[in-house]
Amino acid sequence: MAKASGWNPRQKLAERFDQLHNGQFWRSIVRPGSMFRRGYADSPRNRAYVVMNSLLYHLHPVKVKRHGIKLSYTLCLGGLSFFLFILLTITGIYLMFFYRPSVGEVYTDMQRLHTQVSFGLLVRNLHRWGAHLMTISVFLHMARVFYTGAYKPPREFNWIVGVILLLLTLLLAFTGYLLPWDQLAVWAVTVGTEMMKQSPVIGDQVQFALLGGPVIGPETLLRWYTLHVLFLPFLIVIFISIHFWRVRKDGGISGPM
Amino acid sequence: MPTPDEVFEQVLAEETAKGSSPAVAQARAKAARVRAQRGAKNPSVPDKSTAPPPSSNPEASGSAAPSAEQGESKPAESKPAAAAQTKPAAAAKPASKPASGAPAKKAVGNGAGAVPERVQRLLAVVKPEAIQKVERQPMDRVNVWPHLMAAEMVALLVVLAAVTIFSIAVDAPLRELSNFNQTPNPSKAPWYFLGLQELLRYFHPQVAGVTIPTVIIIALFAAPYIDRNPSTSPDDRKLAIVLFSFFMLSFAVLTIIGMFFRGPGFNFVFPWEGGIFFEL
Repeated sequence: MAKASGWNPRQKLAERFDQLHNGQFWRSIVRPGSMFRRGYADSPRNRAYVVMNSLLYHLHPVKVKRHGIKLSYTLCLGGLSFFLFILLTITGIYLMFFYRPSVGEVYTDMQRLHTQVSFGLLVRNLHRWGAHLMTISVFLHMARVFYTGAYKPPREFNWIVGVILLLLTLLLAFTGYLLPWDQLAVWAVTVGTEMMKQSPVIGDQVQFALLGGPVIGPETLLRWYTLHVLFLPFLIVIFISIHFWRVRKDGGISGPM
Repeated sequence: MPTPDEVFEQVLAEETAKGSSPAVAQARAKAARVRAQRGAKNPSVPDKSTAPPPSSNPEASGSAAPSAEQGESKPAESKPAAAAQTKPAAAAKPASKPASGAPAKKAVGNGAGAVPERVQRLLAVVKPEAIQKVERQPMDRVNVWPHLMAAEMVALLVVLAAVTIFSIAVDAPLRELSNFNQTPNPSKAPWYFLGLQELLRYFHPQVAGVTIPTVIIIALFAAPYIDRNPSTSPDDRKLAIVLFSFFMLSFAVLTIIGMFFRGPGFNFVFPWEGGIFFEL
C-alpha cells in the first residue's frame, strides 16, 4: 500500500509520453521539423523540414513559385483529380467486399449493397459521383494546362503522359460502368463497344478480346471487373507517378503567363 | 607539383581557351583545385590505419604505427610507398584532364588487403548545365508548408464535403436486372462517349466511331509538336486558343445534345416537352 499511496497517475502518464516522444520509434516516424513533433516552432528551417523529412518530399519541393499557389492559375484541378482517385480507391475497396463479379450473384449483391450493407448505398454513391467528377476534373485539368501553355517545352513529355492518364481515366470509368449489371449498364456498354467493332481490319478481334465473346456475357463481366479493379488502377498509378515526377523534373509548375 | 591555386589558374585558363562559359570554367577550376588539395593531403589520410606514410606527418605516423604492426603483416610496408608515389600523379591529373573523373582513378587499391580502398558514396550528380543555371533569375518563392498545403487541404475538404452531400441527396441509378432481349429505348452510352454517339447520327459509323476519336487522340498527343510557338502569353497564341476552344465547345455541345435532346429512337426532342431520357 505504501507504494500505491505514492503513485500519481497523471505524472506517470506524462512520463510515459516523455518516454514515447524521446524514443527511437517516435523519432524515426516524426522527423525533425514535423508539426506533430513536440516543440514545433514556426521557422523557415522547420517549414522546410516539414516537407523534406516526410513522404511529402516525393510530391512537393520545399518551395514553389508564388504565382503557382494562386487558385486562379491551377484551380487545383490536378490535385483534385488525384484526390478523387484516392477517394475512388478507398470507396472501391469497400465495394469490393460485397461484390461478386459473376452473373448469378452480381445483381443480388448490388441490391444487398443498397439495402443491407452498412453505408453501402452511400459508399456506392460516393464512388459513382466521384468517378463522374474525376472524369470532369481530368478534362478540365487538360484544358487548364492547354490554356496556360504548360504543355510547351520542356513539358511536352509530361503532356503526353497526361493524355495517357486521360485515356486511362476514361477506360476506368467505362469499365466500371458495366459492373452494376443492370439495364442501364449493359446497354450503355453495348452502345460503346459497338463503336469499337467499326475499327478497320481488327475491329471484330478487338471487340472479341474486350467482351470475351461476340456479345456481352458472363466473361465480359469478369474481364471488365479485373480490368477495373486491378489492371487499369495498376497502370494509372504508374503513370501518375511518372506525371508527378516529371512535374518537378521539368522545373515545377509552369511559369506565369 | 603545382599548388592547388596554380591548378585553379591553369584549369581556368584551359577552360576559357576551350570556350566554356565563365560559370562553367570557374566551377571546373574550383573542382580541380579541391581535387588538388585533397590529393596533396591524401598520402597521410587513407594509409594511417595500415602503415606510416613516408614523410609528411610524423605525429600521425607515430600514433598509427603500433596498430599497423599488430594488424597487418610485413608485406604491407612496400605498398604505402607505392601509394604515396601514385598520389601526386593523381593530383596532377585533374589539372591536365579536369572533366575525366580523376577521383575514381585514385582508388586503384589492389585487393590484397594492403591499402583499404576508399568507398565513395555518390551523393549527387551535378550536370554542367545545372551549374550555368545558377545564374538564372531569382524567383519569388513561398514555402510549400504552410502556404500550398493549406490551400490543398481546403480544396480537398471542400470537394469531399460537396461529393458527400451530393451522395447523401442523390442516389446512384440502379435499374432492373439486365435483359438481353429487351433493348431500352433510347439506349445511350456513358456521358463521356455521348459526343461520339451523337456524331453517329451524322457520319458513317467508321468515321464517327473510329476515325474521329483516333484523330482527336493523335492530335492531343502531338499538340506540343504541332504548336511550336514557345510563348505562353494568351496574346501570342490566339490561333491555338481558338482551335482548342472550338474543339472543347463542339464536344461539349454534342455531349449536351446527346444527354438532354435525344429521346426514343435517339430522335431529337426538347427536354421541356418530351422529358429527359438520360441517367448518369
